Amino acid sequence: MSQKFDIQQLAELVRLNLKPDERAKLSRDLEKILAYVEQLQTLETDQVQPTSHVLQIENVFRKDIVKPSKVRESVLKYAPKRSNQFFKVPKVIEET
Amino acid sequence: MNTQYESVIGLEVHVQLKTKSKIFCACSAAFGCEANENTCPVCLGLPGSLPVLNEKVLELAIKVGLALNCRISERIKFDRKNYFYPDLPKAYQISQYDMPVASKGFLVVEIKGDGGVLTEKRIGITRAHLEEDAGKLLHEGIKDGSWVDYNRAGVPLLEIVSEPDLRTPEEAFQYLVSLKAILQYLEVSDCNMEEGSLRCDANVSIRSIGETKLGTKVEIKNMNSFRAVQKALAYEVKRQTKAVESGEKIIQETRLWNESKSETFSMRSKEQAHDYRYFPEPDLVPFSVASEKIETIKKSLPELPKARWDRFKTRYGLSDYDAYVLTSDKILGDYFEACIQEKADPKLTSNWIQSELLALLNAGKIAIGDSPVKAKDLAGLIRLIGNNTVSGKIAKEILPMMFETRKSAETIVKEKGLVQVTDLKVLEEAADRVIRANAKSVSDLKAGKKQALGFLVGQVMKETKGKANPKLINEILTQKLPIQ
Ligand SMILES: [Zn+2]
Repeated sequence: MSQKFDIQQLAELVRLNLKPDERAKLSRDLEKILAYVEQLQTLETDQVQPTSHVLQIENVFRKDIVKPSKVRESVLKYAPKRSNQFFKVPKVIEET
Repeated sequence: MNTQYESVIGLEVHVQLKTKSKIFCACSAAFGCEANENTCPVCLGLPGSLPVLNEKVLELAIKVGLALNCRISERIKFDRKNYFYPDLPKAYQISQYDMPVASKGFLVVEIKGDGGVLTEKRIGITRAHLEEDAGKLLHEGIKDGSWVDYNRAGVPLLEIVSEPDLRTPEEAFQYLVSLKAILQYLEVSDCNMEEGSLRCDANVSIRSIGETKLGTKVEIKNMNSFRAVQKALAYEVKRQTKAVESGEKIIQETRLWNESKSETFSMRSKEQAHDYRYFPEPDLVPFSVASEKIETIKKSLPELPKARWDRFKTRYGLSDYDAYVLTSDKILGDYFEACIQEKADPKLTSNWIQSELLALLNAGKIAIGDSPVKAKDLAGLIRLIGNNTVSGKIAKEILPMMFETRKSAETIVKEKGLVQVTDLKVLEEAADRVIRANAKSVSDLKAGKKQALGFLVGQVMKETKGKANPKLINEILTQKLPIQ
């Protein structure tokens, strides 16, 4: 059991149903990743700009122009459940 | 036991920015369309689609940041806020975590004291960041599930976070009024709470006066008007004070406002177990904002409420308070100035708008922008008062008729024969009749009781069905009945 994270809680957050052996394997992987990050953290990075993106480009914009995509019907057709023009999902809140 | 408490309030306002298309795709951002009509692979979160930032969104956000005296970031980026909820097709919301568009600003709020005296209070703005809106869930009347409409998913939002500088629910209300006014003046949003283009969540805690540490804060959501925010905060301050006084501990939680019951209630703890695991959005490249661009936008800012308030005082000679009321709502200020354009007297116009017009509008729950009496028509009525065609008293009867019939004041005056009587002969005859019928008041007046004059003027007004010019009657009566 790791001291740094709770594998079960992480699995719940990302909606993964992990079997016990998967849990153990992923825990070991995560341990290794975190150990590597720890190693990185010893580096002097005060003068380095944080990299938030791997590509050396910036300022990619689009103009504020509307272009209807007309995909509604084709997407709804493949939705697990629909009701007319709506997507249908399991009830998410109880009546208050 | 007699500890005095103060409340510490911070507000988070989500404002929908007025663009034609969504923040990251070319779908329409319009309200009130057919369900899921405005969706595409990007805002539905389909694999392989890529978001691209709408240029206009960033420009509008910078505008707001500048108007709120913020520092505009030279570099900004977007981050993913991860959580599962069916209104979020991608299972994450594109937002901004540590590099928001704007930060460290302030907003000057007018706090109304006794007798309408306004005191300024500076409220810090922590930050303003961009994000995409989520879809809309429908539950009502659906037994076996919920329906989802993603038209709103991806509509651009700017979240404006205040410092916990507000001390009372009233201050929170005034902050919202001032913020809305600025957003309206900037024309960056429709600011319509019913349509969801302006939403507000509040953080509130209490502490003993003199204490500098913050108490445990509670977040309140689900308020659908500025007054509801004020009421929810007042309720929550009371609830927390009572809890603390009886030795209970305040729990950090999210509570929802129930408007019909006028109380807040705790959301189930399961839904509060949030851990958003923010990380940089790999699908969007970073952005740099050139200082020249900021300067250009700064120069393009329109006149803001404070500047207009000052101008209304100096240019039109209005009082501090009157000028504030007229400029705290852009549409009201525009209405006033449209009247002035039509050559109506400024002070008279200010009075007529604030008393008669607003009373009629409020009674009918009509917004000033939808007033059946347009500025041009109110100006017409005020000009008739100014040139003595009608008395103020008759004008007060004409305005509701204008409301109902949408006819101009001139037309109504002509149709109903309401022209003010300035014919001296007619007025003198009426005065004589009143003098004959009111011997008691006449002798009182002659004996020096000046109140009697007011009574007699009133009687002549009655005699002429309110159409007499009160100034002329006054002169006639004083002349006919000299004090002995
Ligand atoms: Zn879209």
